[in-house]
Amino acid sequence: MQMIFFILAGVALVSGGLVVFQRHPLRSALWLIVNFFAVAGIYLLAHAEFIAAIQIIVYAGAIMVLFLFVIMLLNLRQPEEEQRFMHLGQKVGGITLALFTVLLLVYGVCKVVLPPGKEAPAGLGNTESIAKLLFTDYLLPFEVTSVLLLVAIVGAVVLAKSKLK
Amino acid sequence: MMNQIPVLVIMTAVKILLVLVVFLTCIAYTVLMERKVLGYIQLRYGPNRVGPWGLFQPLADAIKLLFKEEFTPPGGNKVLFVLAPIVTAVPAFLPLAAIPFASQILPDSISLYGYKLDLTAAGLNQGVIADINVGLLYVFAMGSLSVYGAVLGGWASNNKYSLLGGLRLSAQMVSYEIFLGLSVIGVLMLAGSLSLVKIVEAQKSMWFIAYQPLGFVLFMIAAFAECARTPFDLIECENELVAGYQTEYSSMKYGVFMMGEYGHILVASALATTLFLGGWQGPVLPPIAWFMIKTFALVFFFIWVRGTFPRFRFDQLMKLGWKVMLPLCLVNILFTGIIIQFLQR
Repeated sequence: MQMIFFILAGVALVSGGLVVFQRHPLRSALWLIVNFFAVAGIYLLAHAEFIAAIQIIVYAGAIMVLFLFVIMLLNLRQPEEEQRFMHLGQKVGGITLALFTVLLLVYGVCKVVLPPGKEAPAGLGNTESIAKLLFTDYLLPFEVTSVLLLVAIVGAVVLAKSKLK
Repeated sequence: MMNQIPVLVIMTAVKILLVLVVFLTCIAYTVLMERKVLGYIQLRYGPNRVGPWGLFQPLADAIKLLFKEEFTPPGGNKVLFVLAPIVTAVPAFLPLAAIPFASQILPDSISLYGYKLDLTAAGLNQGVIADINVGLLYVFAMGSLSVYGAVLGGWASNNKYSLLGGLRLSAQMVSYEIFLGLSVIGVLMLAGSLSLVKIVEAQKSMWFIAYQPLGFVLFMIAAFAECARTPFDLIECENELVAGYQTEYSSMKYGVFMMGEYGHILVASALATTLFLGGWQGPVLPPIAWFMIKTFALVFFFIWVRGTFPRFRFDQLMKLGWKVMLPLCLVNILFTGIIIQFLQR
């Protein structure tokens, strides 16, 4: 089990790094899909089958398809941007700042002790326990999220259609 | 007590291999069945030269495809060009792992060379490769991945028709996935489980098509669109798009695309059988036979529709989806919920 976790974590980290380092946006998007799969595998190891399936359906199956869609429609065939000249000071400053941020984050993560989460209702499967919590204790956040998404959809339609007049 | 794990692993591998071989044979003969049935619908004979009634035609097709010239378009992305057919075919095969094709295929424990082997540990006695407790979500997750083949193939071909075909198909599949998911929620409410094995068991007294006729119709329409079959085969609009994202593909790469396409049809039929037609359940005949009969009846329906209906236009497809299918799906869920609530009181 532990070995599978380390393999998946390694894949997730490497593909996550490649997302950032690829110059072509399409390749970045493809590596992000690999990353989603590795993370879904880690969810599976944590016995969160429902989350793993939803991760693949929503992120890999829907959102990334739309990303690819947009990238292809914009036709970014070549990275047309020339590599910009950078001053040495800029480089050193940037690297120092990045290292400092990483150190700060690592320190913060090590410092925080997360309180144990809510115990899943006994005798129920993964999907049932999520549903039960979602529709009892977390009903208000759940409903607020749906209203928020509706607002986003209305906003997108307004933005898209305002030019058509 | 000897260590059972290696034996169980080998047996599981053999089981997976068996299912895969049967599935690939079914794909080959679905192609032949399509050509034959379409032939008879159009008052032709269909292929009848290779073997008795043309039964060896799939073999001849495969050999022909293997020996054809392999062409990779210059200027495209070579890696993605090779990857795209694989990305189409593999997600078409994967859902098979969760679809139950029989109740129990082996006894709970068998003795092998004097050792007693407990088969329930790895579910080897079950007529399904893996009884996943989110089985249906798993099937949909794999189904949602098949879009990538079209998108990547269309993009890597470096051809305008391919790109437009790929984009069109992905818009179609992303939209109709929603209706595919919404149309089966009624079934989930009745069965109370996402596990396909449990859904089949819940249909012991009555098939769900009797309680969910609208759900079945909506599911089949969405499945036709997901498989990009007539009347939704907009990627094969020859007069507009040549052959869509498959334009630049030849030889076995094209063959693998075709395998993915027919694999999708078979999996969609098997899933409809499992969700609405009682799965492997039926009198007299063994469960596997019932499963096959129901699945191939639906495959026949797919072919029949292809021989009968004209093609939609793209705006009609989107209108049908968002203005007809979506409200009907929601109404179906609402009424199923109301009826279940009243019957429980």
